[in-house]
Amino acid sequence: MERNLTLVALFAALIAALGLIPQLTLAFGVPVTAQSLGVMLCGAVLGARRGALAVLLFVLLVALGLPLLAGGRGGLGVFASPTAGFVVGFPFAAFITGLIVENWRQGPLALVAGTASVIGGIVVLYAFGISGLAWALDKSLPQAALLVTAFIPGDLIKAVLAGLITAALARARPDSVLSRA
Amino acid sequence: MISLTSPVKTQAHRWPAGLKLGLLCAATVVLFARQDAAFHAAALAGTIGLYLMGGRRFARAGLAAVWRLWPFVVVVGFWHLLTGTPLAGLVIVLRLSTAVALANLVTMTTSLSQMIAVVMALAAPLRPLGLNTRALALGIALVVRFTPALADKGTQLSQAWSARSPRRPSWRIVMPFTVLALDDAENVAEALRARGGLNP
Repeated sequence: MERNLTLVALFAALIAALGLIPQLTLAFGVPVTAQSLGVMLCGAVLGARRGALAVLLFVLLVALGLPLLAGGRGGLGVFASPTAGFVVGFPFAAFITGLIVENWRQGPLALVAGTASVIGGIVVLYAFGISGLAWALDKSLPQAALLVTAFIPGDLIKAVLAGLITAALARARPDSVLSRA
Repeated sequence: MISLTSPVKTQAHRWPAGLKLGLLCAATVVLFARQDAAFHAAALAGTIGLYLMGGRRFARAGLAAVWRLWPFVVVVGFWHLLTGTPLAGLVIVLRLSTAVALANLVTMTTSLSQMIAVVMALAAPLRPLGLNTRALALGIALVVRFTPALADKGTQLSQAWSARSPRRPSWRIVMPFTVLALDDAENVAEALRARGGLNP
């Protein structure tokens, strides 16, 4: 019980910290915020329920007014802005990522967690994000989708990294990767 | 951890948080129901007026959050100029700015402890359904406590990287970073258990 709570809380803090540390560079020198990587990791490492709870706790604290999103954004204004759909979709993205890793037991963990991150962290997350954009900007879904296609390649790289990091964690701390416990 | 509450005290800082959140919900519903440009222009002017009532420093800090919307304003503006519907575009941009500005106003005038009190009040009826409000309260406190601590460790990791490599820190530090979070979680869980755990 205590362990579940601290894992959920520490992973919520990890997502926040990934947005606070100086920007990292990807393989091709593209600077990214690692925050959505943190969401994928929550699902892939903690599993569906705990992962979604960790991200939900993070989103709750953003709503309460802590500047935890990348670039120091936070507060209720985030939920009225055009990108609100992405923030609202974060917990669902972690849940689906975790659900896939929990149920797909064959195959190397890196591949499973990577694929799960693509489905949860990109397909599910963008479904929410694009709906939010379409609603706030009064556009059709395909029009809203056009606005965010530029970010998909970066997120694909993050999904691959989420897979590799999850597999490395399973070697370093096998007892802590709860999605496979 | 510093929240986004404004250090410049205004009248609204003393209002009950629940009232402000209720008003914000009502105002947002009205904003999305109305379609005429004149109404939305008046609403935005009124909102800016509310910010100015808090003084110049308060207004400048608050409207900086609204300024972040400029890329969307540019995109929507171009789109509606190209399709020949500038008035519809104006309504969208005004509505968006007002909605974000009002929500941000509530955040700026309500302290973190007041917000947490509202969450606890809303969560209390869910207790019979199995929601452990003690765990929720402790979870919030743990995140507030550990976010700066973890961010410190992350900065140390990237400095250690920089000391060894001419290149900028890459994604490779995320793995040890996550291990640190996992280890912290195990240690804190043990400490909580040693102090009697979650159940009173």
